[in-house]
Formats: sequence, structure tokens, C-alpha cells
Amino acid sequence: MQQIIYFFQKFKYFLFFIVLEAIALFFIFNNLSFHKSKFINSANSITGGIYNTSSEISEYFNLKKENKLLAEENIKLKNLLAKKELINPEKTFVVIDSIKFYQKYTYSLAKIINNNYAYNFNYLTLDKGKNDNIDKEMAVINTKGIIGITDQTSKKYTRVQSILNTNSRINARLKNTNYFGSLVWNGKDYNTVQLLDFPRQTPIKIGDTIETGGKSTIFPEGILIGKVQEINTKNTTNSNINIKLFNDMRNLGHVYIIKNLDQLEIKKLEANYEE
Amino acid sequence: MKNSLPLILIFFSLLFSQVFVFNQILFLGAINPYLYIIFVFLYPLKVNRFPFLLYSFLLGLGIDFFSDTGGIHAFSILFIAYIRLFFIKLYFRKNKTDYSFFKLKSEPFGKTFNYVVTLTVIHHLIYFSFANFSFENYNTVITNTLFSSIFTLLLYFSGSYIFNKTE
Repeated sequence: MQQIIYFFQKFKYFLFFIVLEAIALFFIFNNLSFHKSKFINSANSITGGIYNTSSEISEYFNLKKENKLLAEENIKLKNLLAKKELINPEKTFVVIDSIKFYQKYTYSLAKIINNNYAYNFNYLTLDKGKNDNIDKEMAVINTKGIIGITDQTSKKYTRVQSILNTNSRINARLKNTNYFGSLVWNGKDYNTVQLLDFPRQTPIKIGDTIETGGKSTIFPEGILIGKVQEINTKNTTNSNINIKLFNDMRNLGHVYIIKNLDQLEIKKLEANYEE
Repeated sequence: MKNSLPLILIFFSLLFSQVFVFNQILFLGAINPYLYIIFVFLYPLKVNRFPFLLYSFLLGLGIDFFSDTGGIHAFSILFIAYIRLFFIKLYFRKNKTDYSFFKLKSEPFGKTFNYVVTLTVIHHLIYFSFANFSFENYNTVITNTLFSSIFTLLLYFSGSYIFNKTE
């Protein structure tokens, strides 16, 4: 017994150090796995609140750019409307039963209050949370393309796993085709992401547009990602494709959060299938 | 209480300056100074090391909360906080009776330089290794460590030069 007490006396600082380091390691490993980082994230009320105040000040510096983005989006939507009118020349049509109208996605607006892009595991913080019906695994996009997937929510704030996170995997395809692969990031450049598992025989060229594939329950299909920058044609079965993002991930303002209303149903069905 | 008030002030000013100023610099894409580690250099040397280790850990954890890095900052700052004593003994040849008189300002520049550089490089190497979390791209870890260390040290030494001048 004396020996044990003596041992603790002698190594008390070292033992304290080891305990604290073990706690830190526990947090690090927890943070790396998606959905498990309950303890250390910026979506709690203290850090979220402070980031919110700071972004309310810095937001003014980006007003010009935000306005331009909104105008661009308006033009895009107006063009879409004009096309719609061309397709349906008769202006009036009979609505047979409005109950049968079926909505799959809902959109809501949020503002980015903290943005990381320089690390290997990057996260963003949004100023909306559970109070605004935001939950885990919802898509986050803006006018120019995808941004990430929601990861942790508190009452008022949400943490988003950015596409610039080496853990992210997103289903993506060549625009207007059904050739798909998965989108990952190798952690090197914040402007380029990689498309893996893309079949080698597909007719893909530099400059082609890549969009989300719609094979996941998170992203709707057809959301823009980027364009092909470089195709690696080494002797592999799958070609490794570098994609330049349409979004400048350093400079983000307002985003849309997309909720898939069918997510639960699809997941239930797939869980049954796996058993 | 009289002694701990400036330390509390230093703690929070380092935390917020790191989160809102130094983390936003991102020179050439990824290079940031991690100036909050001067907490380890500034904290007075005492025989009882429990408060020092705990406060260093909490400072690191506070920065982790803001920058979504899990516990990487906490891990790396706690590591240099623990091995600080070893390097003080190695470079300045101090023993227990000298602890309360030890001040980094009054030591010769050469020794201080060695001490600060060693701890900074160790901290940055641990931090970037964990931030990368794989042996892929290890050369970027090395270059990041190198450039960030230079950045941090430049700021630290210019800052300490200015503050020592005014007194």
C-alpha cells in the first residue's frame, strides 16, 4: 500500500498529464467519425453565439458579392420560367386533384457564421438549428453548387461537414447521363475535389460538368458540383478525375438547406433489404 | 488572486485573438501562426504544476471548440506544457529553488531562443500530424510545420521585443 501511495506521489504530474492527454485523444477520435462528435463542436450555444455576433459584423463586407449572387440566381430562375412557358404553350390547365400533388424536398435559408477550408477535416457552422427544423444528414447547397451535409445540430446552430473534408463521400454523376462515381477530397487543394470509382469507358472530357447523382437520400439529383479539370488515364480500372468546384469555398455567405421528406421511408426500406 | 488576474486576462485574450485573428490569416492558403502557445512561455514556473497543466489543456480545448478540431490543440499544447520543465532544466540549468525567480525576459537571448524554438516546433509538428491524420501527404505536414513555426516565432519575438522596450 505504501508503495502504491509512493508511486502516485512520485508520478502525480505524469499521471495527470496522461489522463488529460487521454481525454484529448478521446475527443480527437470522436471528432473524426461522422455523427459521433457530441462533445467538441462549434454548434453549441456559446461558440455559436460568439461566431454569430462576429459574422454579423463581417457580413457587411460581402454585401456586394451576395447581391450579385442573388441577381444571378434570379436570372437563372427567370430563364427556367421562360422555358416552362415554351413547353406548356396553353396557359391554363385543369388541376385534377390538388391532394395528389406531392412534394419531396423542402428548402430553407441559413447563413454561414464560421467557415474552415484549410484543414483536412473541415466544418462549417450555420445560424439555424433544431428550432428551425434542421436535423442531421440534410444537404447544404448555394446558388453555385454543393457545400456539404449537416452533421451536428444544437437548438440554434448547426455544424456542417464540408465537401472539403476527407471523410465526405457524395454520389456524383456526369451531367445528363447515368455514369456515376463518388466524390471525395484528398485534402490538398480547396478548389479541386476528386471523383473516384468512375467507369473508365465513359465518354468524359475536360470541361464536362459534374452534378449530384440522386442515388443518396441526402442530395436531390442535378445539383451542380464542378467541371472536369484533369483526367488521370493511368493503367487502372477506374479513372481518377480531378474536378474544379464552381463554388469558391473560401468565400461563402448564405446557403440553402434541403430536407428530403422521404429520407426516413427510404432508409427503413433499405434497412429491411440489408437484413 | 492578485497574481491570477493577469493570467485570466492572458488566457482569454489569447483564446479570442487566436480564434478571431490568427486563425483567419491563412497566408498562402494554409499558414497560420499559432500564437496561443505563448501561454506556456508566459505562465510562471511553480512547484505545483497541476493548475498550469489544467489551464493549458483548457486553453487548447477552448480553441478546439471554436475551430472544430476535436482535441488536437488541447493535446499538443498540453504536451509542450508538460515537457516545458525538462527543457527549462536542460537549457537554463534551474532547480527547484530557482523556480519562483525564473523569468524568461531576464534570461540571455540565445538560451531563450533555443527554448522557444524547440517547444514551438514540437507543438506544431504534433498539431499538424494530428490535423492530417494519415501518413499520406506527410511532406505537407513538414512544410506546414516549418512555415507556421517561422510565422509564430516571428510574431513572438517581435512582440516580446516591443513589449520589453516599453517597460
